[in-house]
This record gives sequence, structure tokens and C-alpha cells, in this order.
Amino acid sequence: MIRLEKRPQPSKAWSLATPLVAVLATMLAGGLLFAILGKDPVEAIRTIFWEPLFGEFAFYYRPQLLVKGAPLVLIAIGLSLGFKAGIWNIGAEGQYIMGALFGAGVGLAFYPLEAWYIFPLMVIAGGFGGWLWASIPAYLKVRFGTNEILVSLMLVYVAEQFLASMSLGLMKNPEGFGFPGSRNLQQYESAYNADLIAGTGMHWGVVAALIAVIFAYVLLNRHMTGYHIRLTGEAPRAAKFAGVNPSRLILFCLGTSGILAGLAGLFEVSGPSGQVSIDFNVGYGFTAIIVAFLGRLHPVGILLAGGLMALTYIGGDIAQANLQLPSSAIQVFQGMLLFFLLAFDLLTNFRLSFGKPEVA
Amino acid sequence: MTEVLLSLKGLTKAYPGVVANDSVSFDIGEGEVHALLGENGAGKSTLVKMIYGLVKPDSGEMTLRGKAFAPGEPRQARADGIAMVFQHFSLFDALNVAENIALGMENPPKLRDLAAKIREVSETYGLPLDPYRTVGDLSAGERQRVEIIRCLLQDPKLLIMDEPTSVLTPQEVDILFQTLEKLRAEGTSILYISHKLEEIRTLCDHATILRLGKNVGECVPAETSASEMAELMVGSALTPPERGDREFGAVALDISGLSVPSPSAFGTALRNVHLTVRRGEILGIGGVAGNGQDELLSVLSGETLTEADAVKLGKDPIGRLGPVARRALGVLAAPEERLGHAAAPDMSLTENAMLTGATREGLVKNGFLKWAAAKEFAERVIKEFDVRTPGPENAARSLSGGNLQKFVIGREVLQRPEVLVVNQPTWGVDASAAAAIRQSLLDLAAGGAAVICISQDLDELMEISDSFAALNEGRLSAPRPAAGLTVEEIGLMMGGAHGMEVAHV
Repeated sequence: MIRLEKRPQPSKAWSLATPLVAVLATMLAGGLLFAILGKDPVEAIRTIFWEPLFGEFAFYYRPQLLVKGAPLVLIAIGLSLGFKAGIWNIGAEGQYIMGALFGAGVGLAFYPLEAWYIFPLMVIAGGFGGWLWASIPAYLKVRFGTNEILVSLMLVYVAEQFLASMSLGLMKNPEGFGFPGSRNLQQYESAYNADLIAGTGMHWGVVAALIAVIFAYVLLNRHMTGYHIRLTGEAPRAAKFAGVNPSRLILFCLGTSGILAGLAGLFEVSGPSGQVSIDFNVGYGFTAIIVAFLGRLHPVGILLAGGLMALTYIGGDIAQANLQLPSSAIQVFQGMLLFFLLAFDLLTNFRLSFGKPEVA
Repeated sequence: MTEVLLSLKGLTKAYPGVVANDSVSFDIGEGEVHALLGENGAGKSTLVKMIYGLVKPDSGEMTLRGKAFAPGEPRQARADGIAMVFQHFSLFDALNVAENIALGMENPPKLRDLAAKIREVSETYGLPLDPYRTVGDLSAGERQRVEIIRCLLQDPKLLIMDEPTSVLTPQEVDILFQTLEKLRAEGTSILYISHKLEEIRTLCDHATILRLGKNVGECVPAETSASEMAELMVGSALTPPERGDREFGAVALDISGLSVPSPSAFGTALRNVHLTVRRGEILGIGGVAGNGQDELLSVLSGETLTEADAVKLGKDPIGRLGPVARRALGVLAAPEERLGHAAAPDMSLTENAMLTGATREGLVKNGFLKWAAAKEFAERVIKEFDVRTPGPENAARSLSGGNLQKFVIGREVLQRPEVLVVNQPTWGVDASAAAAIRQSLLDLAAGGAAVICISQDLDELMEISDSFAALNEGRLSAPRPAAGLTVEEIGLMMGGAHGMEVAHV
């Protein structure tokens, strides 16, 4: 009989090894899935993990890694703060949309004025939009004890309706021949979040993501607020004894993750995407949840996990194009990653023991 | 007494560092309600666990109706007619009563038949209970009925009840007692564990008293006064030790007219509590668990806020100040629950030193944490309080209970408190460590701090406290000087005068 035994201390080695083991297990199970679909599993895995980095067209895919990875990291860093304290913001996708709408709205309002201050204002507006959207579940939880998981999730769908309304109405490009979608901000210099070094994919969102990683690291390891976040997650009663104000912590965690998600939306809409359109959001807010856990809620881990996730996105696209893998198979593949991570995670705190239990 | 149902002879069980039961012998007769009486830690639980097959005795033997009886596991004990109602229920909230009972059975009948049977039993024994109600909606008393009915369905010869009234309202206690009377009339024996003397006097035919794992006496409760039983339970050697002369200074902490509603369904409301502690004084607060100890500590630590004037430090109202502000003023606390309340289990000792030490030890500057200083502080606690651990980087949960307790108490004592409140400071701590902790509290008082020690260990309270009060159902008796208090008086303060009067009628 196999049983689980709680370890006296969390195992450091397993804590570091689980992401790697999870990636390997995903490759095995994913390869099996691809084989069942009639594709060469080795080729498929190679396409997903190798092609974007070192393949023939890597010069094109490498910048894409930054473009896809930056919003994931930015959002996941924000989410991880709340997750560490047991505050579950599932609605980053909505905050991402609202950040984009607020930021783009400011930019479009200034059109066609060219001025240096427009982009900074858009950044502030983007963060504000995300913060506002995340503050709704935060306030409702503090005031009425509602469940932030449900409220934040439902607000994603509200935000999507806003997005549709904006791209068909208020923000629609007056010169767009009636097509839905706003003006393209890439063609509006003061509002364009261009590559800082042309052709690298290195835009302001990447810089913001790196700053967020450092900010979160310092906050969690060196600052009282970060200590309170960890304490609340580990032992809520001890946190109360230490003097943590749970309401303030909820407002802080949800607010911060909202700001970061909003910023991610703003950098996306003013850069790689360029315009507000009905299908603007592609699920970064949800994938970031996987990224946060894949990175073990640790800032540096999230940075690596964001890169890995971006890799599977881009590699998945290539596999779709080159090997005709269905996109749902790629999504299953990404889902497996989280599943295996959570499963192996158990080994950090528990060990397997084989044999019969002793009789007490 | 008629026939002997279960006979225990020389049962002994030792755990590392403590002998839980030291050759305990007694008999339980057929159709007898037998009380097992003793303080916390006296070995009552270990003893019934041996009868129920959860723990194997090191030596000694049991006989059931003359036949050797040595259950290897609870299933065997149940098969032999032993049933047990635990203090903490093991029920699934989301399932209904019948489903819960079916889950505990070896061969459950069809749910409809079972429901009918549950109805029948519940009517026979006057335990109103609808088999189709969801357990999550039931009160504590009704949940207990589920557990009792689960036992009765096995038609037990001996029913063990572990502190059954600790979670019941007085009305529910009445119903329970009627049921137990009925069971006795039908010839079922009951082993009734409690430390509520007046209950035992009304209900039980015979009582065995345990102290420190030994059988120290037997009596017929109806013919013995509550104070005599208390004396047996506590031990007559309860004399306050010689204490150095201590001058009491000005009033350090003053609580007046404090009433706080219960924070949760199983909590206790504090009712009109008054107390004062002077500098250099140790106030001992006794009482049976669950009578408001946790709630009182939480009011003093600042976890529960009250009206500003209800809690005063000297002359300053502090009732509205949170834990951090109180620590800054020198009001420190050490809660009873070590893991999860006083310390975060998975965090290192350094991080746990930060938990309460941040303010007074200057471990934080402009919101940034000084880990090096926190580590030094943790090391100091480890050294001065002889905490056995490889180092401050180890997780709190890797320490033994006693060592963690030393860390938790040491962490507060070394912060030079003006007022220190501790709850169960030596619970589960071996004798020498307990003595060290008590000595540190005495030293602290000698240095001019006011100390409030909440404890269920009367020996401890008599050893260190200058004045003594008892909590009973959220009410605090008027504090009295500890010197010269008799066991009888303490028992009366703990039991609550109103409870005792009922018992004498």
C-alpha cells in the first residue's frame, strides 16, 4: 500500500525539482497525446520547445517570446501576491481588458495631438483601469464578505461586453469604413509602445515586467507588507496575532494585481496589438494563473515560467501550422503542465511511503 | 454493584518522557454509570483509548465479562460491544444524518431501512433527530445525538462518553442526561469522562479519580461533596510555594465591565469581566477549558477590539488598539495554540521571531525588515530559553511542542513587557522546562512587570500566582489572594457557585 506521510519540514530539493519534473511529465503525457492523434510525438515536442529558440526562423520567434512572455509575467506577479495570502483573483483577464480600454481611451482622446506626456498618461490610466476593476471584488469582499473568486471571474465577462461595446461604438475608428475596432495606435506616435530596440520585441511592457519581478522580490523578502502576505497565507490566525489587518491586505493584494494586469493590457493594446477590437483579449489573464503556480509563486520562478509558457504558446502555434496539430491539443498540453505541477507539488510537503501502516 | 462488566488491572502506558497511565485498575459494573474524573493531562484520554482499542497498553490486562479483552483496533472493540462518543465529532457536513451513520457501519442496510431504525432509536431514547437533515445545519447538541445514535445502533454493552457536555447548552445537557438514565435502566454501562463535578454528582453511580496517570481514589459521587472530589482530583498537596518578597506597584492593567459577544459558534462570550493587575503581581486565572480563556487572551492581545475604556494600561484606554500598537506600549501575549496562532508552522524561527518582535526589538525600519537582527533575536531566545533546535533557520513545526513553547514564551519575555498575558504556558511541556518557564514568569514579575497567567493547571497557578480568579462560562470570579486559598474554595470558584447549588439540591 502506498501512503503519504507529512514531512517534518518542506523539502527544499523537491520544491525546486517539481517544476522540472512536471515539465518532463508533461512532455511524456503530451507526446502520448500527440501520438494518439497520429503525429510524431518527438517531432511535435521538438517543434514546441526547440523550434522557437533555435530553429530556422528563430530570429522571428525570439522577439515573440518577449512579446508573449511580458504580459504573462506582469499579470502573474500581481496574482502571486494575492495567491500567497490566500486571496484568489481569478479575474485578471477582465482587469487586463479594462486597463487596455482606459489606456487606449486616454490615447484616443488626445488624437491627433503629438506630445511626450501622452504615453505616460496612458500608462497611469491603464493601471487605474485595472485597479478599479480589481477593487470591485476587493471592496465587496471586505464590506460584505463575498467570494472574490466568483466576483472577479464574473467581472471578466462584464469587461468583455465593455470591450465589444467600445470597439463597436465609442472607440470605433471613424475612418475605419465601418469595421469594428479603434484607430491603430501603432500609427499614432505619441501613443505607440514601440520596441525600445527595433526588432527585439523589447517594449515598455517587458521593462515593466522585469521591474515588477524585482519589486515583488523585494516586497516579499524585505518588506513588512510582503511578510504579512506570506504570514496570512501560512497561518491566518498567527497573522491576526501579529497585527495584520486582513481588510487592508485584501485591498492591497487585489489592487496591486489589478494594476499590473491593467498595465499589461495597456502595453499590449498600445504595442503588439495596436487597437481595441472585439477579440483583443486572448486569455493572458487566465494563463497567468498557470504561470504563477508554475513559478511556485516566487518572482524569479514566475519569470522563468512566463518564458516557458510563452514558448509553449509560440511553439504550439508553429506545431499547428507545420504539423496540423489541433489548437485544442495545445491547450490540453498547457493544462497538463499545471496539472502535473500541482500533483508533484504534493511531494514538497509529503513523502511516499510503501508498505503496511504500523498498528498503533 | 451487581456483576462486573469490564475490569481493568494494572494498565500502564508510557510515552517518551511521560507515563500517561501508571498501573490503573478499576471495575465497571453492569448497568453502572462510572465516572472517570481528573484534570487535563491526568491520563483519562489515554485510558479510554486503550479500552477502545486505539492505543495498546504496555502492560496490564482487561477482562470483559470474565473473558480476556485486548482489542487491537476499534473495530474489534466495537464488535465486543464497546462504543465511544468522542469529544470532537467526525461527521461530514454535506451529508445527511442517515448517510453519515451509514458511513460508519460495517454493513449498512438500505438507507430507507436505516432511516426508519434511526427514527425508532431516536424516539425510544428521547433524542429528537430527523434522519434526512443535513449535518451541516445541525447544532452541536444535535451532532452529538448523531454520534450517540450511531453508537446505540450497535447495541453496546459499554458506552464511553468523552466530556460530552463541553459543547452543549444546559437544555441539551438535560436531554442527554435523560437518555443516559434510560440507557442505564436498560442495563447499558456508561463510562463518563468529565471534570464537571456537579454533573458527576447527579449522574454517576461510582467515580474513579485519576491524577498524573495514577488511580488516586474512588468514591460514590452522591455521597461525596464536590470539594472532596476536587481535592482528590487536584491533590491535597496543593500548597503555594515560598515566594520571595515582592512589592506591588501601581495598577498596570485594568479591565472593567468588559463584555464581548462570542466570536464564533463554539466560542464563549465574555460577560462583565473585571480585573486589575499591579506591577510585580502575577494574577492566575483558572477554569475549565472553553470557558472564555481564548477569548480573554484575544481581548488582551488586541486581536479582539473592545470599547476603549474597557481595557486600560495604567490610566490610558487601549481597548481600541490593535496588537502592534499594544506591543509598542509593552502589552505582550502568548496564546495557547502554539502552531498556527503563536507561531506560523512552516516559517523558520527567525521569521517567527519577527512575528511579534518586529516592533519592540526594532527589527523593522521604514517598513523594511532587518533579517540579520531578527536572526540574532531568535538566537537569543533559543540560547536563553534552552530551545533544542539545530538553529533559527528551522521551521517552527519541526520543533517538539515543549521546545516551541519555550521559544514562544521566551520571545515575549525577552521583549521586556510591561504586561504579559500567557495562556497555558506549560501545556504539554516536560517538568523541567515547565519549571524554567514558571521561573521566568516569576523573574519577570520581580522585575516589575504585571503578569496574567491563564491556565488549567491548578498546581501551576498556586505555585506562581499572587492572586487567583476563575473563569466560568465567560464570567470571571472576583480575584482573591492566592495565599491561604483552600482547594475547596478554588473548586467552588471554578465550578461556579450557581452550578454547585444545583448539585446540592
